[in-house]
Amino acid sequence: MVLPNRMDLALQQLVNGLTVGAFYALIALGYTMVYGIIRLINFAHGDIYAVGAFLGLSLYGLFAVLHVTNPVLTTVLGLVVSMGCTGLIGVLLYRVAYRPLLHARLSILISAIGASLTLEYGLFLIYSPSFLVYPHLFGRAGPPLGGVEVSWLQVLIFVSSVALMGALYLLVHRTKIGMAMRALAINQDAARLMGIDVNRIIAMTFFLGSSLAAFAGVLTGLYYSQISFLMGFLIGLKAFTAAVLGGIGNIPGAVVGGFLLGVLEGLAAGYFSSRWKDVVAFAILIIILVVRPRGLLGERVVERM
Amino acid sequence: MIASNGRAFSPPRLALVAAVVLAAILLPIVGSAYLVDVGTLVLVYIMLGLGLNVVVGYAGLLDLGYAAFFAIGAYTTAILMTQYHVAFWFTLPAAVVCTAVSGVVIGTPTLRMRSDYLAIVTLGFGEIVRIAATNFTFTGGPEGIYDIPHATIGAFVVRSPQALYVLGLAFVLVVLVGSYNLARSRLGRAWLAIREDEAAARAVGIYPVYYKLMAYVLGAIFAGLAGSFFAVKLTAINPSSFTFIQSVTILMVIILGGMGSLPGVMLAAAVIVILPEALRAFDQIRMFAFGIGLIVLMLARPQGLWPSRIGQIVRRTVVLSEASAAAGGAAGGAPTGE
Repeated sequence: MVLPNRMDLALQQLVNGLTVGAFYALIALGYTMVYGIIRLINFAHGDIYAVGAFLGLSLYGLFAVLHVTNPVLTTVLGLVVSMGCTGLIGVLLYRVAYRPLLHARLSILISAIGASLTLEYGLFLIYSPSFLVYPHLFGRAGPPLGGVEVSWLQVLIFVSSVALMGALYLLVHRTKIGMAMRALAINQDAARLMGIDVNRIIAMTFFLGSSLAAFAGVLTGLYYSQISFLMGFLIGLKAFTAAVLGGIGNIPGAVVGGFLLGVLEGLAAGYFSSRWKDVVAFAILIIILVVRPRGLLGERVVERM
Repeated sequence: MIASNGRAFSPPRLALVAAVVLAAILLPIVGSAYLVDVGTLVLVYIMLGLGLNVVVGYAGLLDLGYAAFFAIGAYTTAILMTQYHVAFWFTLPAAVVCTAVSGVVIGTPTLRMRSDYLAIVTLGFGEIVRIAATNFTFTGGPEGIYDIPHATIGAFVVRSPQALYVLGLAFVLVVLVGSYNLARSRLGRAWLAIREDEAAARAVGIYPVYYKLMAYVLGAIFAGLAGSFFAVKLTAINPSSFTFIQSVTILMVIILGGMGSLPGVMLAAAVIVILPEALRAFDQIRMFAFGIGLIVLMLARPQGLWPSRIGQIVRRTVVLSEASAAAGGAAGGAPTGE
C-alpha cells in the first residue's frame, strides 16, 4: 500500500469527517429542537439513536427470514420502519418521563438520566451485552476520486442526510406544524393562547428528533458494521457538543456544528492521535461554552430564573 | 450533632440514630471480613455522597463529572506512595491541593453558565479526566496503578478489613462534621439563598459565582479525600472505577437520600452499596432497575427518602425575619426545593 501524501491525508480525513459529521448533525438536530422548545437537555437522545440502530438490525433479520434480499429495498424499508418506531418511542419517553416534570428543572434532568440508563440497559437485556454485527450490504467500492477513498455508502450517508436536513428545514419554515414549533420556542403561553396544542407539538418534536436519530443509527450500523448497547452515550455527548457549537436551539446551527465537529475530529485523529480525539471534542465543548455560549449561529440566551 | 430543633430529639428518631451508631461500632467487632469490607465500601460512598451533597444539595449545582475529583484524589495518593514513597498521611494534603486546584480551574470559567450547561461541562470534564488517566503513562494507562502500600499509623499497618473500616469511619466523621457545620455557616446560608432564588440572593449582596465556586471546590476536596482512602483500601486503582456511571451512582446516593439531608445521604449510601451486593444474582438487570427507579423516584417522590429539613429552616428564618420586621423576605420566597 502506498502511503498517502499530505494533501490526500487531509482530503481523506475530510471525507471521513463529513461522514461522521452527518451522524453528529442528525443527532444534534434532535437535541437542538427539544432544547429550543422545552429547554431540556434530552440525555436519553443518544440512546434513542442506539434504539434506532438495534431496531434496524432486527428489521434486517426479519427481512432475511422473509427472503427479501434486495439491499436497496431492505435498507429503505429498514430506515423508514425504524424511524417510525423510534419516533414513537421518543414520544413515549416524553409522555412518561418528561411531561409530568416540565416545570422542575433538576428533577427532569435526573429523570432524563434515568431514561438514558433504562434505554441502554433495556437494549443490554433484550439484545446482547456484546457487540452485534450489522449486515454487510455495501462494499468498499466508490466513485473514482484519485487518491481519496470514498465508498458509495459514504456518498449515500452524506446525500441522504443533507436531503433529510433540507426536508426538516422546509417542515419547520414552510408548514403550519413548523410555525407552531417556532411559536412554542418563542413563547409557550402565547402559543397556547393562539390555540396551539402545545403537548401535541412537543410530542411531534420528540417524534421528529427521534426519527432523525434512528436514521443516523441505522446508517451507523451499516457504516461501522457493528453496534453495541452503549453506542449512544459517547456520540450523544458529541452530538450535543455539535448542537452547542452551532448554537443550541438553532436548526442550521446543529447541521453546521455537526459537520464542523466531525471534520475537526477527523483531522485531529489523522494528524494527532486517535486516542485523544474524544478529548478534542470535549475540549471544544468546554471552550465554546466558556467563550461563546450562544454558539456560532445562535442568538443570545438569557438564564431563565 | 443534633440540631437545636426540638423534633430532632423525638424518641423514635433518637432510637434510630442510636441504632445506626451502635451498628457502625459493632460491625467490625462481630461482622465477618466480607461484611466489614462491604461496610467500608458504604463508608466510601458516604464520603462521596456528603461531598457531592455540598455541590448539588446545598448549592444546587448539578455536577455529572464528580468521579473526576474522586479519581484525582486516588491517583494523587497512589502516585505519591508508589513512585515517591510518601507516607499516606502526607499524601492527603497533596490530594486536597490537587482536587481544590482542579476544582478552581474547571469551576471558574463554567460556574457563570446556565445551570444545565454546567451539567454537560462537568460531564465532559469527567470524561476528559478518565480518558487522560487511560492514555497517560504516569497514571499506568488502562491497567492503572497497583501495589499501593497500606496506610500506617506509627508502626501499625492498616491492612485488615477491620482496621480499614475504622480508618474509613474516622474519615467519614471528619467529613460529616465538616458538612454539618458548613450547612449552618454563613457559607451554607448563602448557598441556600442562591439555590432558592439567585436573583434575590444577588439583590442582598451575595455574589453567586464566589459561593458556587466555594461549594464546587469544597465538594471536590471531599471527593479527593475519599479517593485517597479508596487508593489505600484497594491498593490498586484503574480508570474503570471513575466512569460516568460512577458519577451517576454518587448522584443517585444524594437523590435517593433527599438532597441536602445528611442522614438521608448515609442511608442511601448503604442502600446503593448493599442492594447490588444482596442482588448479585440479578446483576444483569441492576442498571436497568436503577434507570427505572430514577424516573419513578422523580415522578413520585422528588424529595428523596429522607428529605432535608433545610426547607423547614427556611420557613423558620422567614418567620423570624418577618417578626423582626426585616424588609424584603430575602431568605427565599419559595420554601421548598426546585
